[in-house]
Amino acid sequence: MDNNINTTWSRIKDSDIFFSFKKSPTAIISSFILFIIFFCSFFVELITPYNPFDPSSLSLMEAFTPPSWTEEGLSKFILGTDGQGRDMLSTILYGSRISLIVGFSAIIFSLILGVGLGLTAGYFGGKYEMIIMRLTDVQLTVPSILMALLVDGIARGLISREMHDEMAIYVLIFAIGISEWPQFARVSRAATLVEKNKDYVSASTIIGVSNLVIMFKHILPNILRPVLVIGTIGLALAIIAESTLSFLGVGVPPTTPSLGTLIRLGNDFLFSGEWWITFFPAIFLVILAFSINLLGDWMRDTLNPRLNK
Amino acid sequence: MSFLKIKDLSVNYQMRKETVYAAKNVNIEVNKGEILGLVGESGSGKSTVGNAIINLIDEPGKVSSGSILLGELNIHEDPKNIVKYRGKKIGLIFQDPQTSLNPILTIGEQLIETIQTHLALTKEEAKERSISLLKEVGIKDAAKRFDDYPHQFSGGMRQRVVISLALCCEPELLIADEPTTALDVSIQSQILDLIKKLTKERNLAVILITHDMGVIAETANRVAVMKNGDVVEIGITKEILTNPKETYTKSLVSSVPPTNKKISRFVIIEKENNIDNKNNLKILNRWTKKKIIKQDLVQVKNLSKSFDDNFFTESSKNSVMAVNDVSFNIREGESFGLVGESGSGKSTIAKMIVNLFKPSAGEFFFDNVCVTKIKQNSEMMKFRKQIQMIFQDPYSSLNGRLKVRDIVSEPIKLHNPLISKNDLDSYVFDLLESVELAQNSADRYPHEFSGGQRQRISIARSLATQPRLLVCDEPTSALDVSIQAQILNLLKDLQEQLNLTILFISHDLPVVRQMCDRIGVLRDGKLCEVSDTEDLFLKPQHDYTKELLRLMPKIESIYN
Repeated sequence: MDNNINTTWSRIKDSDIFFSFKKSPTAIISSFILFIIFFCSFFVELITPYNPFDPSSLSLMEAFTPPSWTEEGLSKFILGTDGQGRDMLSTILYGSRISLIVGFSAIIFSLILGVGLGLTAGYFGGKYEMIIMRLTDVQLTVPSILMALLVDGIARGLISREMHDEMAIYVLIFAIGISEWPQFARVSRAATLVEKNKDYVSASTIIGVSNLVIMFKHILPNILRPVLVIGTIGLALAIIAESTLSFLGVGVPPTTPSLGTLIRLGNDFLFSGEWWITFFPAIFLVILAFSINLLGDWMRDTLNPRLNK
Repeated sequence: MSFLKIKDLSVNYQMRKETVYAAKNVNIEVNKGEILGLVGESGSGKSTVGNAIINLIDEPGKVSSGSILLGELNIHEDPKNIVKYRGKKIGLIFQDPQTSLNPILTIGEQLIETIQTHLALTKEEAKERSISLLKEVGIKDAAKRFDDYPHQFSGGMRQRVVISLALCCEPELLIADEPTTALDVSIQSQILDLIKKLTKERNLAVILITHDMGVIAETANRVAVMKNGDVVEIGITKEILTNPKETYTKSLVSSVPPTNKKISRFVIIEKENNIDNKNNLKILNRWTKKKIIKQDLVQVKNLSKSFDDNFFTESSKNSVMAVNDVSFNIREGESFGLVGESGSGKSTIAKMIVNLFKPSAGEFFFDNVCVTKIKQNSEMMKFRKQIQMIFQDPYSSLNGRLKVRDIVSEPIKLHNPLISKNDLDSYVFDLLESVELAQNSADRYPHEFSGGQRQRISIARSLATQPRLLVCDEPTSALDVSIQAQILNLLKDLQEQLNLTILFISHDLPVVRQMCDRIGVLRDGKLCEVSDTEDLFLKPQHDYTKELLRLMPKIESIYN
């Protein structure tokens, strides 16, 4: 009986989630791809010899070099270069870092906002709940990309032109975050309604535990599962939203391009034969979003007790 | 020659880590015109045997060996055959009448559908047959009610419809899996009588699967006792219950609360762990023991609670009175029982006493202070500390994300924020010891424990604030009978040692008789009568109490 005290790692290794992970090739492959993308994006300085944002290292002579396996390709630019002679592969990796940062920050922002409002609405009920929930209903009638465009437009009006490029990334995070919170609020409110009627919540109330502690210590950990599942799928949506906004020209500025900006820049050259400038960032974005979605699907299947018997 | 013969039946479930045998070499025979009781605690494999007969074992389980003979037919030889027998030769009754009927079809449609699947009858013939069946199972105005939907029937009536569905194709074998567990006592006895009557009239072979020894005693001719997939003992019901041979059967029989007398403790034959030093609980060193003074600790005066049915109009017209003008007193140190069927408002009273809801009207005094009038939070905390509650469902009453240590220490830290780490640890260990759990339980999570052990954790948590009043809301109704005996013993011991006052709420009369000094009987939110336990059982005053006592299944009935 005495050696029954388990370490966290052996608990994880023993858990059903880890077991189903090992059994699912989709989950293994997609998380492997994601790991490589995350690693390469965040340690891009160590991996590539080029810094695409250092103008002195660029040579316009090398602009529009096609990928290395084509006839005119150079072996030092695996995926070719863009119109300013920047190496495509390193530009993509730098760009995906920005996309990931914006996506993660936006989803964390909307997660905190949505779960906070949903949890309190479900717990307290009454008029407060009604107001919050009607607010989500109203916001769900506005397409989220339109919402983000609206926020971006207002921000442009408020922030001076010089500050704008600096602030762009924060505006983008706020714009995407604010357009995604209603789904988190809805899911966490529904889960809270289930949890708050369970006896352990009554037990805490009887002991005299305050509402705040009950909500955050007792209920919150128990509603995280469904929230994390939609959070994962929301992350893919946020990355795509960022790319969409940048593609439309209201996202991050071309000096620090994200994947969406790269696709937009390359789009101008698509019909003049330089297809690789827009093709590779686009494929990269598809792989990234697809992997996150597959992982999210796997999580939903494993964590949802109603789907697995 | 017996009608149903199960030979060496084994069912196993291939799990991730091991193979679980739900049934091991089970040999059972059932004759026509006989009820065989299949009794056992949860996980004993009794439902598995029932499901194996009709080939309804869910994946990943499978029948690994054995044969099932129905008359001369081996019904498992060809898996396609079973479809022909299921419903036609074998009828089924499930536990929950709420879910075993399809809510969007009228009962008539469901009966006709079943009849036409198995018998070549026209719609009119099928309808005629259905109506006569409904009459047979005791549904009044059967022709009129034929077109009603399931929700228009009460729970007991719905179970009668389920029985008529099971009988509609003249089966020869009836399998009833806990047919009365979801029903109130008064309806339970009607359904059991019906099953008995049908068995005789139609010469059926019946397998009655249940966990309730009282039900077995009143209905079954023979009984098979199961444990961990084995049939431990099989024989005539009277012999098994009065003179059990196996240790397990003995412990099972001795754990059943007797209905005709009050005993001081349950005899536990198979004990989980042997902690005998009951008289020296370490927790007593911390406990400021209250002297028992003969005075009322709790006074409930004209308490009422209504729930508004309608969201938009707060008029009292639509409201349901869950509790209606209830008054009673509980003396310090006594156990007061509240008994009633489902919907009688007993849990609502409990929740008002622990201050989870405010009463709509009336007052509640604790130690001569009116709790219902307290507005200030700090005042309320004093009462929270003194009144604690134990819940029915041991699975939802503990937060699965916290370790047992954190669950038990939460109330201690809340009411004594300055406690040192060492002191807190030893307090938690003392509490765990007082509910007979080992110290290393503290670092485990609730899901690693069984239902009975979880209920012990729940008791430890409720003792952490050193309460004077413990409200127990059906604390053992989710537990097996042998575990129930242990928990009831534990509660009795704790009460004696710590001078606790207990409000014990239950639907189970025999349990209440063992636990309580005085009992109040509730019906539809109204208190029918309050009297001393023995008086209530020997000389009931109110008609409803008499009815309840008459109907409760008595294991002792086997002696007559």
